[in-house]
Amino acid sequence: MTAPLYITGVAETPLGEVPDENELSMVAKATREALAEAGLKRRDIDGVFVNYMGEEGSVQVAEYLGIQPRYSDSSDLGGAAFEAQVHHAMAAIQAGFCEVALIAYASRQRSRRARSLSGSAPVMGVPIMHQLEVPYGLPSPIGRYALIAARHMHQYGTTRAQLAEIAVAARLWAQKNPKAWSRDPLSIDDVLNARPISEPLHRNDICLVTDGGGAAIVTTAARARDAARTPIRILGAAESHTHWHISQMPDLTVSAGARSGPEAFAMAGITASDVDVFQPYDSFTITVLLALEDLGFCKKGEGGPFVAAGHLRPGGKLPSMTSGGGLSYNHPGALGLLLLIEAVRQLRGEAGERQVPNARIGVAHGVGGLLSTAGTVVLARE
Amino acid sequence: MSDRMQIDDPVLWPYWEAAQRHELKVQRCQACGHHQHYPRPFCLECDHDALDWVAVSGRGTVHSVTTVHIQLLPELKPPYQVALIDLAEGPRLVAGITGPACAIGDAVSVVWRERDGLPPLPDFTTVA
Repeated sequence: MTAPLYITGVAETPLGEVPDENELSMVAKATREALAEAGLKRRDIDGVFVNYMGEEGSVQVAEYLGIQPRYSDSSDLGGAAFEAQVHHAMAAIQAGFCEVALIAYASRQRSRRARSLSGSAPVMGVPIMHQLEVPYGLPSPIGRYALIAARHMHQYGTTRAQLAEIAVAARLWAQKNPKAWSRDPLSIDDVLNARPISEPLHRNDICLVTDGGGAAIVTTAARARDAARTPIRILGAAESHTHWHISQMPDLTVSAGARSGPEAFAMAGITASDVDVFQPYDSFTITVLLALEDLGFCKKGEGGPFVAAGHLRPGGKLPSMTSGGGLSYNHPGALGLLLLIEAVRQLRGEAGERQVPNARIGVAHGVGGLLSTAGTVVLARE
Repeated sequence: MSDRMQIDDPVLWPYWEAAQRHELKVQRCQACGHHQHYPRPFCLECDHDALDWVAVSGRGTVHSVTTVHIQLLPELKPPYQVALIDLAEGPRLVAGITGPACAIGDAVSVVWRERDGLPPLPDFTTVA
């Protein structure tokens, strides 16, 4: 039996459009807020876990914060890195390599207009992807998710209307979250009739591009006693990845979550039916559908009818994307840390109008790359 | 070398060299006969380290397909289709669709798209 670990502090950076900050100042502000919740000081942080903060990102962030850590991790698992880094932090803390882990991230990709859809210029450089995929004009990452969605629809009869329900459910949650970017009413027909981007995915099947980020503190039971807010226990975590090039994905209808989900649930000693609130990475509607199947909320191929029953909506039997998700709340390039933050707030009972009653077990499920990576974290209020 | 046409990847070069002759080649393992693409210095199936570049039939099946409605590259006017093709020999690859729109499960065969200063690109088109 390993010693219990906790998330004792969480905070979002400024969200939406952030013209008056840089990424490091955003991380610093979120870190200070998360530390205040954790009842810890900046110099207590001895493990730094970041992704997408530039070259040697954990080194840049640690210097900015004035920290010289004992443990450092800039693992790039795309948007799932932050769930994977909870997994890494657990291992590091349990091995005694660090005691107070900071997981942090910020992006201003909306303000910087940094998102490139082509996946880079079609030059014949060394990367295999530039030679074999980029010249075909397959949008990155949208086109890969579109190929996955098309295959799922073909193989299992999943419909665009079923996928649209995921976007509608996210919007219904966003309408309860004052920090959400998109809060206007959205119907299934609106999603179906939106501009096609890479069929079968249309505009509202695709996440937002915003600025934002966050910070989270992972630590021991002893340090959790300092916390100003209810510490949230980490029951389990796991990670995996399946491919980089879409041509190498073993099965277009099965994500890396089919490994990370069951492994995290086994570590936690739970099954899908124990989950009170679910934070799946909704980069695209299809991403959520695969997560529901791969984590065992429904059988493989039955994600369409499952979501169409309205289970993900407020009041549904599996409240999901309760912040409004990447589809309607914010998507600052990588959502994984914001999924953890929302899960913690739901389990503490701090989610205001969108609070899921009596939420005791929550799951944050990150997905990144070209539906390549997955990290699953099971959290609980004790 | 001008015949290398700016490709700085010695491992993938045999693929592009064949493409210049409108020949679609992939690796085949000398030990177990497994075909694989993209190329690696070992067989993904049996770990054997001797593989040949062999020409394939150029026939395949559409495993999935998307129709792209946004302009990403100057030479590609939307809408156009990009597919995952399962070659008859096994490997799966990304390719463009030339000619009539295709659907998942359609039988396709390779056609070549000429490019300025770069080797031709294998596209696929539906066969009757």
